[in-house]
Amino acid sequence: MDTLFFIAFPYVALILAIGVGIYRYFRHPYTYSSLSSEILEKRKLFWGSVPFHYGITVILLTHLLAALFPSAASWLLRGQIRRLVLELTGMALGLYALFGLIVLIIRRLAPKSLVQATTSYMDGIVLFVLLVQLGSGVGVAIFNRWGGLWYLDTAVPWFWSLASLHPDMSTVAALPALPKLHFLTGFVVILLFPFSRLVHLVMFPIQYLWRPYQVVIWNRRPAGTSPYSKEVSR
Amino acid sequence: MNIRSQVSMVFHLDKCIGCHTCSLACKNLWTDRPGTEYMWWNNVETKPGTGYPTLYEDQEQYDGGWVLEDGKLRLKLGSKKSQLINLAYNPRLPTLDDYYHPFTYRYSDLIDAPLGDDQPVARPISMITGEDMDIEAGPNWDDDLSGSPIYAANDPNLKALTEDERRRFFELQQLVYFYLPRMCNHCLNPSCVAACPSGAIYKRGEDGIVLVSQEKCQGWRMCVSGCPYKKVYFNWNSGKAEKCILCYPRMEMGEAPACMHSCVGKIRYLGVVLYDADRIEETASRPESELVEAQREMILDPFDPEVIRNALSSGIDRKIVESAQKSPIYKYVKQWRMALPLHPEWRTLPMLFYIPPLLPVTATLNQQGCYEMETDFFSSLESARLPIRYMASLFSAGDEEEVIAVYRKLLGVRIYKRAQTVGDISMETAQRALDEAHLTPEDVEGIYYLTALAGADERMVVPPFLREQVVELGIDTQAFQEERGAGFLYWPKRGL
Ligand code: SF4
Ligand code: SF4
Repeated sequence: MDTLFFIAFPYVALILAIGVGIYRYFRHPYTYSSLSSEILEKRKLFWGSVPFHYGITVILLTHLLAALFPSAASWLLRGQIRRLVLELTGMALGLYALFGLIVLIIRRLAPKSLVQATTSYMDGIVLFVLLVQLGSGVGVAIFNRWGGLWYLDTAVPWFWSLASLHPDMSTVAALPALPKLHFLTGFVVILLFPFSRLVHLVMFPIQYLWRPYQVVIWNRRPAGTSPYSKEVSR
Repeated sequence: MNIRSQVSMVFHLDKCIGCHTCSLACKNLWTDRPGTEYMWWNNVETKPGTGYPTLYEDQEQYDGGWVLEDGKLRLKLGSKKSQLINLAYNPRLPTLDDYYHPFTYRYSDLIDAPLGDDQPVARPISMITGEDMDIEAGPNWDDDLSGSPIYAANDPNLKALTEDERRRFFELQQLVYFYLPRMCNHCLNPSCVAACPSGAIYKRGEDGIVLVSQEKCQGWRMCVSGCPYKKVYFNWNSGKAEKCILCYPRMEMGEAPACMHSCVGKIRYLGVVLYDADRIEETASRPESELVEAQREMILDPFDPEVIRNALSSGIDRKIVESAQKSPIYKYVKQWRMALPLHPEWRTLPMLFYIPPLLPVTATLNQQGCYEMETDFFSSLESARLPIRYMASLFSAGDEEEVIAVYRKLLGVRIYKRAQTVGDISMETAQRALDEAHLTPEDVEGIYYLTALAGADERMVVPPFLREQVVELGIDTQAFQEERGAGFLYWPKRGL
């Protein structure tokens, strides 16, 4: 059972996420959108979207960076005070994001809400899975203390074993049910990624920072002239 | 010089009758789909009024357009970084409340009603949810000054007037209004393009039409806030931004845009102008009082051999240059200096120009209840019913001289033609009026012809795009074989 959940399933989720994600990007670029509904409802969006996005971004990045650089992370966690500060910050961010997510769910479900007109089944599934994922994450932070530390010795080696194609789940097999649920839904989120609005995550338009303000595109220029060149001979 | 061509427009406001035919032609053609019900790529506003969306001109609220900071152009919306930070929630985005909740009627109520003593009524329903709703606002809720204590009284441009002038304007017999048709200005320095984080909005090199790539747009909504004219709209159904496309598919077939073609008052003029693209930034960063003149300077004389040579070497086709020579826009904007941009102080260099309306300014009555042109001419602008300052706030960033100069021309043409045809004004007076307006009799004939007599193909000089024919007739068909052309290869459906 564990093998299915912690070895087969992660691979399936990752392969689909990457494969379908790329296929969708090239084949159906039109469907890549944040699908914002701000124009329909703005007040609740503020209280939901802002905490959720900022909270989840920081948390996600921490998870990712700690997994990529475990030694740096363990150096950071040295010392009781540091550990305490980081643990509390993590918990606060988790609660912050969770609060936002709950507001977003209420916003979608509220009777007579215009947002319902744009809500798909997939949105419902995504919100539910995210709720389980964030809820279990906050739960782990509260009931299985010092996650910052044991994460590095359990989940991270498991990630690396998956990444190096020598899957070894021994480090996570013995963990309690709550962290296991958290890991599992984590991969469910990855699985949902290419099939839902979550794709907008990889579209974060960072290239905007170094692009010139104006964009000019020519339908057609004689061969050999770049679109931005000033001297065009005919 | 880096010469480019731009399809540009002039609206002659004295001729607009406020019939909204233009808006409906556009709606029927382009925005008759789920998610676009509330979009009016072309709309006609009553001025004074708050416009659409409500108070869009108030940039303290919406932060649209550009501002000068230490002589450098900067988006009023904020730095690029701050926009990326605001992706999850855009504080400057108007919501449907600022537009209106789109509605239709359940017409089946009329047919299905049981037999009874009362006349059945079709209930209004929401076009978003399909449920019953109460209509609280609609497009043109303030048409012809209706609800003026709420709408017209809050027009941001009235700030330019004194308390007394404002009060006088709202007195019953003094009321005055005119129509302002608006659409995307296809600006030379578009702030919608600059605000788009994913680079989905672009200006077409050939004709300057500003378009949103539906495939690249990811629904970050910054363009809606960035455009000070609020002429980019967000499609709540597809999750993409949409805006006026200047009917480029029609123009590529040699037809004028639908709004222009259908215009009942024949107020709309279209044609290409040549301009120097190297001067965009410098022009847009001029001090406010010079903006109108600087924009005029940027537009080049298509008859000047030097300009023609440079245009050809910049890759502009000779046919386009010829089309620019026939352009009514060049005449109105540059040669006669009669057409002004709307709110140049937003620094987007809008390429839709307006000839300000004469009537609301001059129509003051004398004791006998009529007005005399001859005596009025030299004093009417000072005693105008709607103060010139109001028009200056709309069309020249507050520079009254610029607007007065246009009015002198409009009056000069009228007086001269009246002296000619009716004969109740002496030719000396008419000549004096022309001198004040800096017009020659030939100018007057030209203005008169283009304003009153010109046919459709003289008012709307569609440049020869005809892309299919160009490929087939002029160029080797193999040359562009790799190109896919426009349009979708699949039905554009909202993503999951
Ligand atoms: S009017 Fe607005 S939408 Fe149109 S080009 Fe200018 S900034 Fe962009
Ligand atoms: S169709 Fe022409 S006359 Fe009628 S409202 Fe539109 S611009 Fe004015």
